[in-house]
Amino acid sequence: MLNRIFAIAKKELKQLSRDTRMLFIIFFFPVVLLIIFGYAINFDVKHIKIAVYDQDKSDYTREYVNGLISSEYFDLITYVQDESEIKRLLDEKIVQVVVVFPNDLSRKLLSKQEVKVQYLIDGVDGTTASAIQNYVNAATYSYSIKLTKEYLAVTGKNLYVPIDLQPRFWFNPELQSTKFLIPGLMGMILIVTAVISISLSIVREKERGTIEQINVSPLSSFEFILGKTIPYIFISLINATIVLVAGYILFGLVIKGDLFLLLFGTLTFLFAALGLGIFISTVADSQQVAFQAANVTSLLPSFMLSGFIFPIETMPTAIQVLTNVTPAKFYVVILRAILLRGAGISAFWDQLIYLGIFGTVFITLAIIVDKRSKGKQ
Amino acid sequence: MKTIYHFIIKELLQVKRDKKMLAIIFMAPILQLIFLGYAANMDVNIVHTTIYDQDKTETSRNFISRLVETGYFQIDYNVNSYEEITDLLNEGKTLVAIVIPKDFEKKINRRETTQLQTIFEGSDASKASMALGYIQGVTTRFSQNLITETKDKLGMKISLSGSLTPEVRVWYNPEMKSRVFMVPGILGLVLMISTISLMSMAVVREREIGTMEQLIVTPIKKYQLLLGKLIPFTMIGFVILVIVMILMTQWFGIIVRGNPLFLLFAAFLFILSNLGIGLLISTVSKTQQQAMMASVFAVMMPMIYLSGFAFPIENMPKFFQYITYAIPLRYFITIIRGVVLKGIGFSSLWLETLILLGMGVSILVLSANRFSKKIE
Repeated sequence: MLNRIFAIAKKELKQLSRDTRMLFIIFFFPVVLLIIFGYAINFDVKHIKIAVYDQDKSDYTREYVNGLISSEYFDLITYVQDESEIKRLLDEKIVQVVVVFPNDLSRKLLSKQEVKVQYLIDGVDGTTASAIQNYVNAATYSYSIKLTKEYLAVTGKNLYVPIDLQPRFWFNPELQSTKFLIPGLMGMILIVTAVISISLSIVREKERGTIEQINVSPLSSFEFILGKTIPYIFISLINATIVLVAGYILFGLVIKGDLFLLLFGTLTFLFAALGLGIFISTVADSQQVAFQAANVTSLLPSFMLSGFIFPIETMPTAIQVLTNVTPAKFYVVILRAILLRGAGISAFWDQLIYLGIFGTVFITLAIIVDKRSKGKQ
Repeated sequence: MKTIYHFIIKELLQVKRDKKMLAIIFMAPILQLIFLGYAANMDVNIVHTTIYDQDKTETSRNFISRLVETGYFQIDYNVNSYEEITDLLNEGKTLVAIVIPKDFEKKINRRETTQLQTIFEGSDASKASMALGYIQGVTTRFSQNLITETKDKLGMKISLSGSLTPEVRVWYNPEMKSRVFMVPGILGLVLMISTISLMSMAVVREREIGTMEQLIVTPIKKYQLLLGKLIPFTMIGFVILVIVMILMTQWFGIIVRGNPLFLLFAAFLFILSNLGIGLLISTVSKTQQQAMMASVFAVMMPMIYLSGFAFPIENMPKFFQYITYAIPLRYFITIIRGVVLKGIGFSSLWLETLILLGMGVSILVLSANRFSKKIE
């Protein structure tokens, strides 16, 4: 039996190693994606484009604007002379924020009144808009405190700061988002490679008709599938290693936890992902269908439902339940615990069990569907 | 003309007979748009908080209730030691631990500075800094009140100096919901994935199954073959487009503020450029497996990340910003968000529309040239 499994694995490996284009795509593009992730993608909202509609034109407003644009958060694009311009600026995305100073700003400040500075924010991107809101609030309050300070200085008192906030960030003191994204990216790359390649490689035999030769051979379907799977487990492990090594070289990602646990977690995840792939291959008759099915079950779900980018806890309950369809969700939790926090198995043992269940369910389903379709023939 | 017509009928029949294919072509975009539309939400609206209140006075309780009043902070744990904080952070159970020092109230009453320690589980940088922003907001307001409003002997509040307060108005999407922003983006994504993956298999499939040879010996010309492949897939793409548009407006209740016909036209151009990309992949690949891996890893994943769908292009380094100019999805997302959320039309979006058109045509021409009616 082992001999036969080994033979199939060897045949599959040979076939793969001849397909240099395929290997190039599988091994090279994960690194490209990692680079995109590391350098191009960040959630930091900086260099917000602002326009100023200054109806007061006083020293106060000039000082205020200088304060805003001296930080890296705001870039002054233009001054608005007329209210009607504001709409065009926001409509055409020329600026993201328009600051409006009322014409009685300095008069009110001098008479110790409260003045409202108006901010018009482009809210199309809600996340960016709420970050901008945070910044403008902070900027206004800090200017206000500065005014108070100056006022107090005249009367000979010192400003007192009641609360000094001391934030500390554990596990990621520089607040880099790259390190946080690498586990998610790794999960996504592995699941797509695993699901797509295993389902396609089995369906290809069906489509080309070579499956009939296998059917008449003494191979059992268990041996056939296991033999097909082994090479892809190796490829996935190599892929994972490439991502981790590139992560270390490019972004200084150090694996904080246990390497053996990492390997064990990855193998459990691959069991689940390959289970899904095998299931797809029993349902699909053509590579086209298998491709579409693999896309639906692995590409977007592992991107959007895995908690990789969008936090699961803010999703509606029904969707939270649905996130369980992607094994990447569990793997991302495991990877983050091991890679970033160096946590032990106590932090994620439940995820391993879920992955085990996931793989078993899909392989069982695959066996049932397979038996049925063979019965039909 | 007749040859092309027959070819189109053949392609459509093939799709129609393949029940599984038919189901998946049309069901996939529907399911994905619905589920992902609900899932795509980056708002950090719950900050899981742990409080270590060493002071336990009226002032410290007052400060905590200021936090809770914002609606962002959910206090999951009240702890009494640093060890507990360490455990909670290690296991990822809490996002931030706030330590209120023993002499919090005393120092505030003496008008001295008191230190407030906040420890974040920083592995998710964006979440942590968002939470820090909320905490900063609360402490600044708390401080501001303590500074500007000092009480006279009778307990009446008096203002020490004039002050500025921000008044924020958010346009287009006043509740700053991600859904209104994300769903149109996902529509673009879903449309791209289904059209590219359909088309990328189209030619290479005939090659792999061996039916390409039959096509070669028929008198059908190269351009007829290509049109015969393109037209049915454009039709399918258009049907998918109409379905997802209806879903967006009816299911998610997102109102298209601009001209829906202009949006359909732009989407049509977008489909053309995707089919072009798909055809290009199909002509350079030797097997379906190659075509698939190439379209996922080399085309779709980078495009998803660089399109500005979830990650703002303005935040990217210049080099990557230049790359985004080559991505059709980028232009389509700008167009659809503009039309749906801002209600703007061709007069503001003419450049994006023209670029999509130019891209569609040039990619199609390029891939048509790469395509040869030969056996290698």
